[in-house]
Amino acid sequence: MRVETGEVTARLQDILAAHEGLEGPLLPILHAVQESFGYVPQDALPLIAANLNLSRAEVHGVMSFYHDFREQPQGRHVLKLCRAEACQSMGGDALAERVKHRLGIDWHQTTPDGAVTLEPVFCLGLCACAPAALVDGRVVGRVDETRLEALLTEVRA
Amino acid sequence: MRIYVPGDAAAKALGADEVAEAIRAEADKRGVAIEVIRNGSRGMVWLEPLVEVQTGIGRVAFGMVQAADVASLFEAGWGEHKLALGLTEDLPWMKMQTRLTFARCGVIDPLCLEDYEAHGGFVGLHKAIAMAPEAIVQEVLDSGLRGRGGAGFPTGIKWKTVAGAAASQKYIVCNADEGDSGTFADRMIMEGDPFTLIEGMTIAGLAVGATRGYVYMRSEYPDAIRVMEQAVLIARDHGLLGPSVMGSGRAFDMEIRTGAGAYVCGEETSLLNSLEGKRGVVRAKPPLPALEGFLGKPTVVNNVISLASVPVIFEKGAAYYKDFGLGRSRGTIPLQIAGNVKHGGLFEVAFGMTLGDIVDNLAGGTATGRPVKAVQVGGPLGAYFPRALFNTQFCYEEFAGAEGLVGHAGLVVFDDTVDMLKQARFAMEFCAIESCGKCTPCRIGAVRGMETVDRIARGDAAAIPLLTDLCATMKAGSLCALGGFTPYPVMSALTHFPDDFAPLKEAAE
Repeated sequence: MRVETGEVTARLQDILAAHEGLEGPLLPILHAVQESFGYVPQDALPLIAANLNLSRAEVHGVMSFYHDFREQPQGRHVLKLCRAEACQSMGGDALAERVKHRLGIDWHQTTPDGAVTLEPVFCLGLCACAPAALVDGRVVGRVDETRLEALLTEVRA
Repeated sequence: MRIYVPGDAAAKALGADEVAEAIRAEADKRGVAIEVIRNGSRGMVWLEPLVEVQTGIGRVAFGMVQAADVASLFEAGWGEHKLALGLTEDLPWMKMQTRLTFARCGVIDPLCLEDYEAHGGFVGLHKAIAMAPEAIVQEVLDSGLRGRGGAGFPTGIKWKTVAGAAASQKYIVCNADEGDSGTFADRMIMEGDPFTLIEGMTIAGLAVGATRGYVYMRSEYPDAIRVMEQAVLIARDHGLLGPSVMGSGRAFDMEIRTGAGAYVCGEETSLLNSLEGKRGVVRAKPPLPALEGFLGKPTVVNNVISLASVPVIFEKGAAYYKDFGLGRSRGTIPLQIAGNVKHGGLFEVAFGMTLGDIVDNLAGGTATGRPVKAVQVGGPLGAYFPRALFNTQFCYEEFAGAEGLVGHAGLVVFDDTVDMLKQARFAMEFCAIESCGKCTPCRIGAVRGMETVDRIARGDAAAIPLLTDLCATMKAGSLCALGGFTPYPVMSALTHFPDDFAPLKEAAE
């Protein structure tokens, strides 16, 4: 759900105040904004820029550089599947194709009912129990038939 | 009864949380008094969740425990059971290792300072506090420790440069942006023994005169971030961090920072830009970060394992540490055995094992039971090794001599179903996705590289010399290892597995 401009301004004041005095505060601020809103509202950028004495373009440049920061809200659940080599060696590519097919979406997309967003991730450090996934921040290893079904049921809810 | 259930991410990914919950519930039901400790991982990931029970003769292990097994384990009194493995320390995987950096990992309660101290924690820091800064640097130089992040640069020389720089503020930055596939040593030590890293960074601070430190972590490691943040708070509460470290009168404090999903930020200059709140674009060197690093100040940038190896060097002495290893690769290296393997996990050992010994004996071959076709060593920028090169010894120089790299010591094993052309294409695709955009050969070359591999896949043999030429350009014309090393997996795939690059041509003949 998108947040109104007035609400963004109000919450931003608190976030910016909480990060005063940090060295290199921009990434912590963007993380906090995303944590608070679920995404980084574009209305927030000029406020952050003014606070840090940066141009809006600089803040946009930073935000758009990093894969983690989103301009749009995500689905209720976020399923991240590892696409890196160790998971590939254990059938990760085929697993990803199955998930895409079952959910009817591609990478970076959200199901029409808003239930789940599918994101690729390059390594979760679970390379000795591949293929691996991250569901709403929870790690899942050795994603076989049974675990996949459980995951799909969970994220479709 | 004291029961250990790992809280390590790999164990959790295989059901450790559910097992811990089931153990508490079952103990309640039976009215048995137990204490559950969420330790780190012992590194035997294929056996996770590996539950251990404290007995009079030591800790007894039970492997691959699932919540459904818990009732029967209690029924058996945690003795004779189909999942019982015997004493943990007697398992071959444990006995064959030289655990220096990972000595405490999996043994102690990661966030218990008393446990940490009871197992040799802070012995190194106590010694370092009593030493002159120059002597601390000399000890690290004498240990022969080289950067475990991949570059293999002597840690002591880096420290010496920062120590010699005059500045109002200096920094210790820990590179915990462990993005290479097949590597998880940083994650494991941060989750299993976080105070080791804090102790190592503090010693680095004392050595070079830095009073502030940062750990730059990956957002993909939520569990490690949580443990490290708690560990820093505990350390600060106990006066281990702050204006007077252990009452020494010397200041050192640190903060945990989280990246935002950019692989290139594992490169030190890009990491520094990211830490400053900028785009993670690579900086040209010189100036070296040791002289102009974070916010333009002299900065030590070291990998997690380099810093986490410092306490044991001080605890046991540089000579002791240096005694392990081969040639110019001194000490131990935590091998991370991953991918399609029967026995995957972390194995800390002196440098010098052969690749074949690691893959065939330690890893026990593939999980699928099929023949091993290729092993990628050193992450997505590391070379693919065929069986013909399995006699290569695991050392910095030996791997460089075989046109490969040790990197962060991760090994990803593939069975004979792997298509090496596809792997070469993936290397280019990954480089294209993750390029910071600064160097043209990396930014554009990676995209052209994908297209060129696609041409080869369509049977266009004329594209092969073009790919070779492109790789030479990327290697020579990129500032950092992303563009510069992507040719390693591509060229090694092409050189060692030519059959995968000529399918259509062969079919036509």
